[in-house]
Amino acid sequence: MPNKIKGNSISKSISRRGFLKGAALGLASTAIPFGTADASVWDAFLQKHFREMNEDEIQTVIKRLEKEYDKKFDTKFNIKTTKAMPGTLFGYGLDLSRCIGCRRCVYACVRENNQSRDPQIHWITVLRFKKGEKWIDLEESEKYYYPGAVPEEGYFYMPVQCQQCENPPCVRVCPTKATWKEPDGIVVVDYNWCIGCRYCMAACPYGARHFNWAKPRIRKEELNPETHYLGNRPRYAGVVEKCTFCVQRTRAGRYPACVEICPVGARKFGNLLDPKSEIRYCIENKRVFRLKEDLNTYPKFYYFFAT
Amino acid sequence: MYALLKNFFTVLKHMARGDKWYYIWLAFLSFFIIAGVASYIRQLNTGLILTAMRDQVSWGFYISNFTFLVGVAAAAVLLVVPAYIYNFKPIKEIVLFGELLAVTAITMCILFILVDMGRPERVWHLMPIIGTMNFPSSLLAWDVVVLNGYLAINFLISFYVLYKMSHSKEYSIQLIKPLILISIPWAISIHTVTAFLYNGLSARPFWNASILAPRFIASALSSGPALMIIIFQIVRKVSKIDIDNKAIFKIAELIAYAIGLNLFLFGAEFFKEFYSGSIHLAPMEYLYFGLHGKTALVPWMWSALIFNITAFLIFLSPTARENFLTLNLACVLIIAGVYIEKGMGLVVPGFVPGVLGEIYEYSPSWTEKSITIGIWATGAMLYTLLLKFAMPIYTGELRFLSKTGK
Repeated sequence: MPNKIKGNSISKSISRRGFLKGAALGLASTAIPFGTADASVWDAFLQKHFREMNEDEIQTVIKRLEKEYDKKFDTKFNIKTTKAMPGTLFGYGLDLSRCIGCRRCVYACVRENNQSRDPQIHWITVLRFKKGEKWIDLEESEKYYYPGAVPEEGYFYMPVQCQQCENPPCVRVCPTKATWKEPDGIVVVDYNWCIGCRYCMAACPYGARHFNWAKPRIRKEELNPETHYLGNRPRYAGVVEKCTFCVQRTRAGRYPACVEICPVGARKFGNLLDPKSEIRYCIENKRVFRLKEDLNTYPKFYYFFAT
Repeated sequence: MYALLKNFFTVLKHMARGDKWYYIWLAFLSFFIIAGVASYIRQLNTGLILTAMRDQVSWGFYISNFTFLVGVAAAAVLLVVPAYIYNFKPIKEIVLFGELLAVTAITMCILFILVDMGRPERVWHLMPIIGTMNFPSSLLAWDVVVLNGYLAINFLISFYVLYKMSHSKEYSIQLIKPLILISIPWAISIHTVTAFLYNGLSARPFWNASILAPRFIASALSSGPALMIIIFQIVRKVSKIDIDNKAIFKIAELIAYAIGLNLFLFGAEFFKEFYSGSIHLAPMEYLYFGLHGKTALVPWMWSALIFNITAFLIFLSPTARENFLTLNLACVLIIAGVYIEKGMGLVVPGFVPGVLGEIYEYSPSWTEKSITIGIWATGAMLYTLLLKFAMPIYTGELRFLSKTGK
């Protein structure tokens, strides 16, 4: 039935000069079921930008979302809104000499962060390079490698995820300020404010942003109900998502899931502002580099060679 | 109020009447519009997964068409300058049709953006005041401002002139002169801002070249006016409006300069990329020779280049451009050439190879094609109805009651 309403409202308006208005109304009618008894649909439609809401408004939204998720997934979700801790700026280190290309990080990330399983979304991409070949432009890299066992003779690996740039091009281009850099340096997305224009994806030099091309699907028993509003809560079709250094964990003093799972200890994480942190030790004592430094994005993601 | 209502019905009645061909044309367009709407409803329900776009190539056919149409809209300026600045009479008489074409093209641009959005119902988020428009940081916010402004300017000018004409009154040039003058730089600005939208992304070397904006303008001034030449001949055929050959030939001459410039700029880009041969050559190589055996766009790009050069030679020769057979051939060639070059030939190589080196070969899905054709049919219908309304006012066949009831 709603399909029928949609069709009519658009095709009729074409014969009028008020075409645009008609198209806009038609569009709205496709997305919002008019005359619905459920007021939460309107609340969702009219929800304000996360950073423009006061504490009360945020709590109302959280309650509505928890109810919504409960109904949708039949699971009790806990959505936190923990703020950045003062005096923290998160940084990441990745030891290229240790990484064996096993992709455990990729799937630990998917489980922790409620990424869609069908179609699959991965926030971490592991690139494989042949030793001795040019790798500056990444064009010789292989993303789709399927060996019987890793590491493979003659190859090395480089995992890439959001580099949490200090000067993030994605934030600069977003037309609605739906994505921004938090005080602890994490670039986040308000999934309820993103319009799905995908300009940020064109702007990101690291392929770190992913779009929900279809309705995200996850089996109930695979859901992670411990979430953060700006992090791993379930997403919608038509919005962009990305790595948040597991904001739901790291703001509670835990390691990101990828750091925890890494079997060879190639992944380091910590507070860049703490001189005694492991990440600061790596930066000061190892030979570090950052990906595509020529673009002046100032990533807070350091690759290094420990041996 | 009575007069207003009556006038409204006069317009409706007039638009509903036409000969057999008129009805066939409208039915033909309606068919594609309905098919497009049906595809769009499916896309809304299922998601953009019905397109061939993916994370690797996140913009495709919709944004390609959008880019081309911004150029068509901007090209109205090629009529406005000779008409109002140089007072070239033959063009002055037809500039209105250019402005209506701009109105139509911008409307289509807005539709292409809407169908490309993941959450179209949230479009209000990018409006000033009620939303959180990221102005001046985001070039997309700039684009919203300049495109809507250009739509408003052209709408105001053309409907003011039509309103005055329909009441048998002289329009005051003093009143619309400021609007006309501002529309000239504004036309350049819509295309410059659209070019900057791509141009500002350092992640995409193919777009991150300073030549992009000048090439946008040059190619727009080649293809847009060519479309107008074809439209003028149709208008001349179906109405009593007399369009002077002089106007058409003058436009054809201007197109020759624009194509010449576009080819020169293309040559400059081609030389720089291939002679220096840095890693940023890859997208250009993909377009013209293929990369790692992936060659989807190669035949299209060479066709476009051959089309553009052939059209240039025809427009350059006064005898060829003043012969309607060769003139129309050249018009079709340059429209097709620019459509390929500035549509898929611009958007796709921004993403191929991808930022992590992946090569994903994109070619639009049936859903994308159907929706795109639907929007083109919508534009054609809108322009037809605008002309149906404007032409008789122009010739004096349609006159309205004024508010006093006379």
